[in-house]
Amino acid sequence: MATPFYSLFTYRIFDKFLMILFLSYVTNSTASNWNTPYSEEQVRSATLFSAFSQSPKHLDPVVSYNSNEWAVLSQVYEPPLQYHYLKRPYTLEPLTLQKMPDIRYLDKNHHPVSSNSSNIAFTEYLFTLKEGIQFHLHPAFAKDSKGAFLYHQLDEQAVHSIKSVMDFTHQTSRELLAEDYVYALKRMALRQNHSPILDSMMQYIVGFKAFSDLVTEQYKTALQAEDKRVQTLYFDLNQFEISGVQVVDKYRYKITIKEKYPQFLYWLTMNFFAPIPWEAEAFYKQAVLVEKNITLDTTPIGTGPYQLVENNPNKRMRLLANANYRVELYPSDGLAEGADPALLLDAGKPLPFVKEVIYSLEKESVPLWNKFLQGYYDASGVSSDSFDQAVSVSSSGAMNLTDEFKEKGIQFLNMTQPTIIYFGFNMADPVVGGYTEKQKKLRQALSIAINFEEYISIFLNGRGELAQGPIPPGIFGYTEGEPGINRVIFDWKAGRIQRKPLAKAKQLLAEAGYPNGIGEDGKPLTLHYDTAATGPDSQSMLNWYRKQFAQLGVELVIRSTDYNRFQDKVRKAKVQMFSWGWNADYPDPENFLFLLNGANATIHTNGSGINSANYDNPEFNRLFQQMKTMENTPERFEIIQQMLKIAQEDAPWAWGYYPKSLSLYHSWLHNVWPNPLANNTIKYRRIDVNERLEKQAEWNQPVMWPFVVVILLIIGSIYPLMRAYRQRQTAVVISNKQDKV
Amino acid sequence: MFEYIVKRLLFAVPILIGVNVITFSLFFMVNTPDDMARAQLGAKQTTPEMIQSWKVENGYDKPLFFNGDASGLDKIQHTLFVQESLKLFAFDFGQSDSGRQISADIQERMGPSLAIALPTFIIGLVTNIALALLIVLFRGSRLDTITMMVAVAIMSVSGLFYIIAGQVLFSKTWHWVPISGYAEGWEGIKFLILPVLIGVFAGIGAGMRWYRSIFLEEMSKDYVRTAKAKGLTDIKVLFGHVLHNGMLPILTGVVVVIPTLFMGSLIMESFFGIPGLGSYTIDAINAQDFGIVKAMVFLGSVLYIIGLILTDISYTLFDPRVKLS
Amino acid sequence: MSFVWLWTDILVWTLVLVLIGAVRSIRRSEQIRKQWFNILKSPVAMSAAIVLSFYLLFALLDSVHFQYTQPTSDSSTEQRSLAVHEQGVLSLLDILVPHLRTQTERTYSAPFATHEYSTSLSYDESGVVSQVYRPLQFGGQHWTGKHSILDDVMVKTAIPFLFTCIIIAIIFAIHLGWGFLKTRGNYIDYYENQPDPKDELPWGAAYFTLFVLIFLFSWFFYLSHYYHVLGTDKVGQDVLYQAIKSIRTGVLIGLLTTLVMLPLALILGISAGYFKGWVDDVIQYLYTTLNSIPGVLLIAAAVLMMQVMIANNSDWFGSTEERADLRLLFLIFILGLTSWTGLCRLLRAETLKISQVEYVTAAKAFGLSPFRIIQKHITPNLMHLVLIALVLDFSGLVLAEAVLSYVGVGVDPTTASWGNMINQARLEMAREPMVWWSLFSAFAFMFTLVLAANLFSDRVQTVLDPRRKH
Repeated sequence: MATPFYSLFTYRIFDKFLMILFLSYVTNSTASNWNTPYSEEQVRSATLFSAFSQSPKHLDPVVSYNSNEWAVLSQVYEPPLQYHYLKRPYTLEPLTLQKMPDIRYLDKNHHPVSSNSSNIAFTEYLFTLKEGIQFHLHPAFAKDSKGAFLYHQLDEQAVHSIKSVMDFTHQTSRELLAEDYVYALKRMALRQNHSPILDSMMQYIVGFKAFSDLVTEQYKTALQAEDKRVQTLYFDLNQFEISGVQVVDKYRYKITIKEKYPQFLYWLTMNFFAPIPWEAEAFYKQAVLVEKNITLDTTPIGTGPYQLVENNPNKRMRLLANANYRVELYPSDGLAEGADPALLLDAGKPLPFVKEVIYSLEKESVPLWNKFLQGYYDASGVSSDSFDQAVSVSSSGAMNLTDEFKEKGIQFLNMTQPTIIYFGFNMADPVVGGYTEKQKKLRQALSIAINFEEYISIFLNGRGELAQGPIPPGIFGYTEGEPGINRVIFDWKAGRIQRKPLAKAKQLLAEAGYPNGIGEDGKPLTLHYDTAATGPDSQSMLNWYRKQFAQLGVELVIRSTDYNRFQDKVRKAKVQMFSWGWNADYPDPENFLFLLNGANATIHTNGSGINSANYDNPEFNRLFQQMKTMENTPERFEIIQQMLKIAQEDAPWAWGYYPKSLSLYHSWLHNVWPNPLANNTIKYRRIDVNERLEKQAEWNQPVMWPFVVVILLIIGSIYPLMRAYRQRQTAVVISNKQDKV
Repeated sequence: MFEYIVKRLLFAVPILIGVNVITFSLFFMVNTPDDMARAQLGAKQTTPEMIQSWKVENGYDKPLFFNGDASGLDKIQHTLFVQESLKLFAFDFGQSDSGRQISADIQERMGPSLAIALPTFIIGLVTNIALALLIVLFRGSRLDTITMMVAVAIMSVSGLFYIIAGQVLFSKTWHWVPISGYAEGWEGIKFLILPVLIGVFAGIGAGMRWYRSIFLEEMSKDYVRTAKAKGLTDIKVLFGHVLHNGMLPILTGVVVVIPTLFMGSLIMESFFGIPGLGSYTIDAINAQDFGIVKAMVFLGSVLYIIGLILTDISYTLFDPRVKLS
Repeated sequence: MSFVWLWTDILVWTLVLVLIGAVRSIRRSEQIRKQWFNILKSPVAMSAAIVLSFYLLFALLDSVHFQYTQPTSDSSTEQRSLAVHEQGVLSLLDILVPHLRTQTERTYSAPFATHEYSTSLSYDESGVVSQVYRPLQFGGQHWTGKHSILDDVMVKTAIPFLFTCIIIAIIFAIHLGWGFLKTRGNYIDYYENQPDPKDELPWGAAYFTLFVLIFLFSWFFYLSHYYHVLGTDKVGQDVLYQAIKSIRTGVLIGLLTTLVMLPLALILGISAGYFKGWVDDVIQYLYTTLNSIPGVLLIAAAVLMMQVMIANNSDWFGSTEERADLRLLFLIFILGLTSWTGLCRLLRAETLKISQVEYVTAAKAFGLSPFRIIQKHITPNLMHLVLIALVLDFSGLVLAEAVLSYVGVGVDPTTASWGNMINQARLEMAREPMVWWSLFSAFAFMFTLVLAANLFSDRVQTVLDPRRKH
C-alpha cells in the first residue's frame, strides 16, 4: 500500500515547486507589471522607449545613408548645421557653429566677386566652431602620464574581458576642433570606405577627386604591402591635404566648391559631414577590436547629446545622455502655423530632457502595435492593418482619432512628407515614350484614367495627397489650391479639385491613334507595368491598376519581380511603366526637379542616373540649369512654374501622390512635432514618468482566474487518477490470480 | 573508438564539400555579386566604381568554380569556391557582407538560442516521459485511448496556431508575460516562459506517443512478466525496470537532436523576437547575405554530422553488444 | 469559355489515374485486399478515409479550370473592360459557388453579421456626422429583423438537414441494393455464410461521418446564399471561399510531393541496397549531404532561385494564375527533392535485408537479370514501407506549407492557402476587438484534414508495419 503515497508525495513536491516558482515570479515583479519588457529601473527613469524594425548595418557616418540608421546616428554625431525643429518652411541653423557659414564668391583667379556676378568660378564657405565643445568620454582619447595613447596598441591580453568600448577603464574627452571636420571629409574621399556620396561630392568640392584618387591608390598599395584588410589597417590621412578643404585655425575651416551651388549647405546637415577625431580611427582599426565587432561602424564617437552605450543590432540599442554635452537650449521661436502652442512650454530650457533612449528590435508589426497599446512604447506609426482601429477619416479627408484611442489619451500628428511616389512612363519606350503630339496624348489619357484619388482612399486609408507635379508641399515651388493644379489632368470646379472626366481621356486616346484602345493595326493596345510588389495586399492593388487601364480598353500586363530585378530593369530602361518614389535629401526644388533632368536619365548615365523615366526635354533641361543655382527668389519661382507646366504637358509621370506620415504618441510624451528632415530630434522630447507608470499599471492588470482554474484542474485530477490506478491494480491482481488458478 | 571517430570525421569532409557545392551554386544562381554589392551599398547614388571596389574587397570579383584567366592549378584555386571553402574548413567564418565578424555574432547569438532550445528540450523530455509513464500505467483503458486521441489532435495543429493563440491569451488578454523580447540573466525568464511553454506543449503529442510505444514494448518483454508474477506493482516495475531499460532507445533517439539545438528555432525566434541563430539565418536569407548563409549552412551540416557520430557512440556506451567498426 | 490545364492540374489528374490503376490491382490481389479491409475495419480509420476523400473531391473539383474566351477586337470598350474584370481562370469549384466569389463586401464583417465589424463615419443629408456600423451589401440582407438571427439560422438549418437525410437514404438504398444484387444468385448461401460481425466493415461509423460531412457541406452551401457564414476579410472577401479554395493547395502539396519523391526514393534506395559497392557509396553520400543541410535553408534558397527565374522570364506566363501555379509546382518539386532521403534510407536497409533472403539468392543463382529480381521479388515486398511513408508524410507536408508561407518561401501570395490565411490573421489578432474568424476557419479546415490524415496513417502503420505492435 505504500505506492500510492509515493506517487502522492511526488505530486505534492511538484505542486510545491510550481507554487514556489509562481510566487517568486509574482514577488519579483510586484512593483512593475508582469508583462513589462523592461526593468523596473528603466521604467522609473526618464527613458524613452522606441523600436527599430531593421538592424542597422552601418553606423559609420560617412557610410550610412538610411533613415533607420540616422535615427540613432543623428543623436550622437553633430554636423555643422541642423534644421530648426519647429520652423516651416524648413530652415537651416548652426549646430556646432557660432553662426551660419560666411560665404565668399570667387572668380577663376580666386578674387572675390559679388553673389550675382556672372563669372563666379568658386564658392568658399568659412565655418567657425563654437568653442569648448567636447566629445563624449571615449577610450580612444585616453593617454598615460607621458602623453602616449593608452589604448592604441592593444593586444589579445588587454582586450580579453572587453565586450564594448564602455568596458575600458580609462575614458577621457577632447575638445572638438576644426580639423575633425576636415578629417571626416578626408575619410569620405577614401574609396575603400564606400561613402555613397563620394561621387556626387567630387563634382563639387575643389580638389576632392584628385585627393580621392591619390589616397585611394596609396591606401591600396599599403593594404597589399601589409596584407591587411580595410578594417584593420590604419592609414594616416592627415599626411595629405585636399586643396579645397583647409583648416584655418583651431576653430575655423574652409570648404571651396566649384561654381555656385547654394544647396551645398543642406548637405552639411547630414551625418556625412559630422566630425571624426583621427584618434578614433587609429583606435578602432586594431585587429583585436575588429574581431569583437568593435569598430567605428558599430560604435559611434561624437559630440552630440547622446552616446551609444550598447549596440546589439539583434536586440536593442541604448543611448545615454552625454555627460559632456554643452549647453544647448530648447528653441523659443519659430512655431509653425497651426502647431500646438504647448510645443513652446519648454522654451529656453537646456537639452536634452530624456536621459536614456532604448531602441528594441521589433521586426513584426504585431508585437510593436500591442506593446504600444500596452504603453510600453511611447510612440508608434500606424500600419494599414491597424489604421481603422486608431483613426477615422471623414469624407473630406480629415483624420480623427477613434474614441477608444481618445480615451487612452493618445495623441496623433499627421503631415505630408517631402516625398513623392510616382507612376512613371519610360520615355525611351517606342509606345508610351516619345515627344510627338500623339505620344503625349496617350500618356495624358492614361494619366487621367489612373485615378489616384481612389488609390489613396483604398490602399492608403487616405494617407496621401494628390501630386500635381514633382514638388511636394513644404518645398519651395509648390503651390497650394487652384493655381497649383495640373490642368492636364484636373479641373477646378465648385471650389475643389476634380479629375477630368473619363470621356476626355477616351478622346485623348482616340487622338493618340488608339480609338477605344484599338491601335492602327486593329489589335487592342497592350501595355506592360513592372513592379516589385509581391505581397498579398499587392494583388488587389495590381488588379486595381488593370481596372484603371481597362476603362480605356487598354490591356495592362503586369510583370512583378523581386526588388533587385526590378531595379535592374529600370536601370537598363527595360521597363515600359513602373512606380517608384523619391525621398527629399534636402528641402530644395532642385532635389525633385533633377529627377526629370535629361542629364540624369538612366540611358545617358549607364544606369546610374536617377531620372528613371528618361525624360529629356531640352527646354526643361535649360530651365533646370538656370534654376539650379538660384536663391529662392520670385524669379526662381517663376522658372519652376514654367518647368512644371512643361513637364505636366509632356506627362512623363502620371504624378502619383505625396504620402502622409501618421504618428501616434502617448499623453506622457511631450514636444512631439514632425520634422521629416531633422533626425536629431530626440533631444527635444520630454517624458512625464509618473503619468506613464500610472497608465501602464492601469492597462496591464494581470487576469488571474485562468491560472487558478488550471491549478485546480491539476489538483482535482489527482484523486480520481489515484483511485483508478488502485482499482486497476487490484483488478489486475485478481485476474492474475484467476489465471493462475 | 578513437580511430573510429577519426574515420568518421574524415568521411565528413567530402560531405561538407558537397554541402558547399550546393550552397554556392544555389546562392549564385539567385544572386550576382552586383546584386549583393547594391544590397549592401544602398539604392541611392550607387555608382559602378563603388560596386567594383566592394566586390574586390569582399572577394566576390573571382569566378565561382573555374577561373579561366589563371594558369595551371590556379584555375581551380583562384576561385570563390575554393578560397571560401578553405576558410570554412578552418572555421574561419570571416565577415558578413555588411562587414560584421560572423564568429563574434554567432558566439553572441548562441546564448539566446540555447536559452530557448535547451529548456524546451529538457522540460519537454521530462514532461513527455512522465506523461508516457502515467499513460502506460493505464494502458488499454479508456483513459489510454482518449489520451492517445488527444495526442494525435495536438500533433495535428500547426505550430503557428499555438504561437498565435499563446501570444493572444497570455500576453494580450491576460497580461502575464511580455509579448516578445529578450534579456540576459534572470531578467530574461519572463520572456522565455511563453516560448518554452508553447514549444513543450506543441511537442507533447508526438513525444508522448513515441515514449509510450517504447515503454509498452519493454512492458511486453519477459522480465516484466516475471517481475509482475513476483507480485511487484505496476509502479515498481515501471520505475524499477522499464524506465531503466527504455533509456537506451530514448537516449539514442535524443542524442542526434542535441547538437542541432545550437542552430536555434527559426519560427520561435522570429515570432518572439529572440536574437538567436535561427532568426540570424532567416534575416541573412532575406537580406541575401552570402557570408552568413554559407557559414550557417556549414555550421548546421557540421552539427548534424556530429549528431550522427554521437548517436553511434551512445549505442556502444549503453549497449555493450554493439561494436563500432 | 475554354479549358485551361494548369501544370498542377495535369499532375493531380495523372495521380488520380495512377490511383485508379492501383485500386484495380488491389482488387486483384487477395492479400492486399485483406490488408485494406483490415485498415478500414477500424471505425476511426473508416471515418478518416471518408473525410480525406471529401477533401480530395474538393481539390479535384478545384483542379478543372476554364477561361473566359478572349474578347475579339471589334467588341465594344465596355464589353472588353468587363472581360478584363472577369478575366482570369476559373475552376469548376468557382462555378459551383459563384455567390461566394462575387459577393464581396467593403471590409471585415463577422460570421452571420448584417453590418460591418467596425464603425465608420457617415454623413446624413443635413451634413450631421455620426459613427455607424454600415450595413453589408450582401450578407444578411434578407433579414427583416422580425426574428433573431439565431432563429433565422435555425429555421434555415431544416432544409439542409432534410436534404442530407434524403441523400443518405438514397446512398443507403443503393448500398443495400448493391449488396442484394451481389448475393442474389446464391441467396441462401448469403444467409448461411453470414459473416462474423468482427469481419464486417464499420458501416455505422461510415454513415455517421458521411452524414456529418454532407450535412455540414449543404448547410454551409445553403446558408452562404444568405450570410457570410465565416465572415469576410479585410477587403471584404468571403472567408469560407478562401478556406475552401485553400483545400486544393494543401491537398496538392501533400499528394504531389510524394509523387515527386517516390521515384527518387524507390530507384535510389533499391539500387543502393541491391547493387551495394560504389553505387551504395554514391547514393549514401548523396542523401547524407542533402540531409545535413538545414532543410529550411535549402528550401528557401531553391524557392528564391525559382522566383528569380520566374522574374526573368515573365513572358512565359499568360496570367497570374499560371505564374502562381508554377510557383506551387516548384514548391512541390523542392519539397519532394528534400524529403526523399528518409524513405530512401529505409528502402535501402530493407532491400539489403530482402536480398539476403533465400529465394532472392536462388533467383540470382538462376541468372535472373537484376531488374527482373527487383521487379518480381524486391519491390512488392517494399510496398508496405512506401505506403506507410506516404501517409505519414502527407500531414507533415500540409503543416509545412503554413510554416513556409510564414517564412515567405511558401506558395505565391495570390494563391489561396491556409498558410497565407494564418499569416494575414496574425495582424487581425492584434486588432481590438479581435478579428478571429479568418484564423478560426484556417484552423478548422486544416485541423480536420491533418487530423484525419494522422488517424488514417496511424491505422495504416498498425496494420502494415510488422514491427509496430501497439
